[in-house]
Amino acid sequence: MKSANELHAANGSHETWIPLLEMATREVFELMLSCQLTVPATAEETIPEVTAMVGLAGQLCGVLSVRCTRKAAALMVSKMLGVELDKAGPEVSDALGEVCNMVAGNFKNKIAGLAEGCMLSPPTVITGSDYNLHSHADSPALEVRLLFESMPILISLLIQS
Amino acid sequence: MSIRALIVDDSSVMRKIVERSLRQAGIDLSKVFEAGNGAEALAVLAENQVDLILCDINMPVMDGLEFIKRLPGVANAKDVPVVMITTEGSESHVVQALSCGARGYIRKPFTPEQVKEHVVPLLGGKS
Repeated sequence: MKSANELHAANGSHETWIPLLEMATREVFELMLSCQLTVPATAEETIPEVTAMVGLAGQLCGVLSVRCTRKAAALMVSKMLGVELDKAGPEVSDALGEVCNMVAGNFKNKIAGLAEGCMLSPPTVITGSDYNLHSHADSPALEVRLLFESMPILISLLIQS
Repeated sequence: MSIRALIVDDSSVMRKIVERSLRQAGIDLSKVFEAGNGAEALAVLAENQVDLILCDINMPVMDGLEFIKRLPGVANAKDVPVVMITTEGSESHVVQALSCGARGYIRKPFTPEQVKEHVVPLLGGKS
């Protein structure tokens, strides 16, 4: 019987990785921001204002993204650096990129074979919401929706098999 | 006794987090040098003596492994402990880093306690 953290899920999809993606995200926020993420009561749509993306290449190819509002990203900076919220502005892109990078790294380290066989790109950060992301992913994105200090964050993994 | 640290990471936020973690770990820092990649770090070491180096692996221009391979030829880095702090968590990266001369390896995400655990024993009472 295959476990959830083997490289390919038994049914050919990667839905069994969703709990690992959530765990990887929660750990980053707990360790680096001293913050517990919570599960939203409803899956309401939010308009992301900042998007950080990290590419994966090798045994797993795809894009992992973290999306949130600018206010949430600024609060991440504030918590990561221990600075006042109004002094967090210049670091927002860098900080969200690092959060995305750590989520991607932590996620791949949880899956047998991926820590060695999958490389991460440097993070890319988009500010603004009027864009479309086109990838070569050939399966639906794995998505995790969580609340950071009552503000939604969306973690998404697009996989190209 | 206070120490001079060199923090090498392409993220300025991460450099600040590492510095903050060192201070939270109770390490007395008299001076913190920052570099965005291995080449910048070598330039810092050409002019400055340090007591501790904390270094990321994945960086542009010159990555962390290439940087620590070059340290034996740098006078100001002689016998200076190097600790890698990186998202790369594979055993092969750890083995490679240690074989290149790193004395410690911390995976991101990390806590100040982990920094203390890995760094303080390397300072020989300097902290």
